[in-house]
Amino acid sequence: MEKWSRFNIASVVLGFGFLYLPIVLLVIFSFNESKLVTVWAGFSTKWYSQLWHNQGLLDAAWVTIRVGLLSATCATVLGTLAALALVRYSRFRGRVLFSGMVYAPLVMPEVITGLSLLLLFVAIGFDRGFWTITLAHITFTMCFVAVVVQSRLLSFDQSIEEAALDLGATPVRTFFAITLPVIAPAVFSGWVLAFTLSLDDLVISSFTTGPGATTLPMKIYSQVRLGVTPEINAICTILIGIVALGVVVASIVTKRREVQRERDERAAIAAIG
Amino acid sequence: MAKLSSALASRLVIIVPYAWLLFFFLIPFFIVLRISLSQTTVAMPPYTPVFDLAGGLAGILDKVREFSVDNYVWLTEDALYFNAYVSSLVIASISTILTLLIGYPIAYGMAKAPPAIRPTLLMMVILPFWTSFLIRVYAWIAILKPEGLLNQFLIAIGVIDQPLIILNTNSAIYIGIVYSYLPFMVLPIYSALEKMDHSLIEAAQDLGCTPIRAFWRVTFPLSLPGVVAGCLLVFIPAVGEFVIPDLLGGSETLMIGKTLWSEFNSNRDWPVSSAVAIILLMILVVPIVYFQNVQAKADSEGR
Repeated sequence: MEKWSRFNIASVVLGFGFLYLPIVLLVIFSFNESKLVTVWAGFSTKWYSQLWHNQGLLDAAWVTIRVGLLSATCATVLGTLAALALVRYSRFRGRVLFSGMVYAPLVMPEVITGLSLLLLFVAIGFDRGFWTITLAHITFTMCFVAVVVQSRLLSFDQSIEEAALDLGATPVRTFFAITLPVIAPAVFSGWVLAFTLSLDDLVISSFTTGPGATTLPMKIYSQVRLGVTPEINAICTILIGIVALGVVVASIVTKRREVQRERDERAAIAAIG
Repeated sequence: MAKLSSALASRLVIIVPYAWLLFFFLIPFFIVLRISLSQTTVAMPPYTPVFDLAGGLAGILDKVREFSVDNYVWLTEDALYFNAYVSSLVIASISTILTLLIGYPIAYGMAKAPPAIRPTLLMMVILPFWTSFLIRVYAWIAILKPEGLLNQFLIAIGVIDQPLIILNTNSAIYIGIVYSYLPFMVLPIYSALEKMDHSLIEAAQDLGCTPIRAFWRVTFPLSLPGVVAGCLLVFIPAVGEFVIPDLLGGSETLMIGKTLWSEFNSNRDWPVSSAVAIILLMILVVPIVYFQNVQAKADSEGR
């Protein structure tokens, strides 16, 4: 094994500095006393306390959280089914189209997805608002869930499923007793990913929204256009905190489940041996 | 009975997500196509009706006869749209190359890191991707402004004495795209490099290759699938990017995502914005299909 050369260390450190510095600066200036976000004038948490009195912002946050919870949950179910269909059924009619529809939304420019969904809702006469945003979010986030779950299914030892089937379990029972517990960490991280994507989305929400449904990114965007303020830095810091906490918890849970599973597997092998 | 329900269950596994994507992903594109062929009206919705099934087959045929390509003609006549497409492609290509040049050394350094810290590094690359896109773009405004942090810093260390104008120029867009999409480039390259068999490099060096030659002859070709996937993951969404040119770019920056947005939201011209979307889709269909093939191939290799 060659050593980690100075060049490699430098590129990783510089790269991570580039990735994190803007976020760190944003967080620091959310605690700035002054209204200017570029000149430090002392520590203060006043911008955070002001947020609590901004009713429009709190309403938007509540809409965003409800959309996120609902769409992430539905997207996880649909995305997991899509991943199963892609991995377990190597041939069925229209499979090429299906896999195309799963991968295309990952790279599709958001303006196109947003416009096309809006025109669908208008064409079928669906009232725009909370539900249309939720349906739109389910559609684009389910594909991300599908990819995450699919990669776990591909590295899955199918012989345990076959064993369960040989022992007389129905496919449905096998799925819930064997497959789901094994892929659960991936399904969980798929849910977290779908939730954060929904929390973040500006473009698709703006196209598919209607009167009375304003999400937090839409609110932030309209304020950002008016200029940079420490109040926006404060909201952003809270959102970054929530997401970072979510990701850290998700990775700890995943890690723990993996360790547990490996221990179980070793115990099972030892018992057989 | 149990067998029947199992067969039904396995059907549903395919049918439910399939039907969902057909209805919410594929069919909407046909609606966009249809509306791009209709006339603008001052009504709500602001286009002539899509289909009126009450008229029966004859009614539908009448509608088809009413299809007009006026919106497309309009797009070709107005140089604004053509320039916006071209400049989007140019900006996306330059940004993709810059992202590759910055992302490759990072991915390479990560793949060479001691195995014990690799999962942490991986997690640190993924983390910014989970933080809001809008927030990350917003963070750059305070840095790039004329009186912003970057200029303050450069003036303080004496590199410049007049603030650089970066915000609201194309340079700001490049910075924004490279910054926002960097994890998309690093991750596939890292996973390609990490899987690589290190003994190949040793073999090349034993046979007399210099380290740099060994890199270009062995390492780089083996990481190519990751490079291709990373470039596509950056290029395709960047062409239609809206938030970055809107917040960091200037008024003279033309990008098609922004054009579509303002056509739709400010001018309320739905048929023209549909035509803009259809042409954008036609431009992107080749890279998108290529991306799907790369993905499908990666899946069948993982099997």
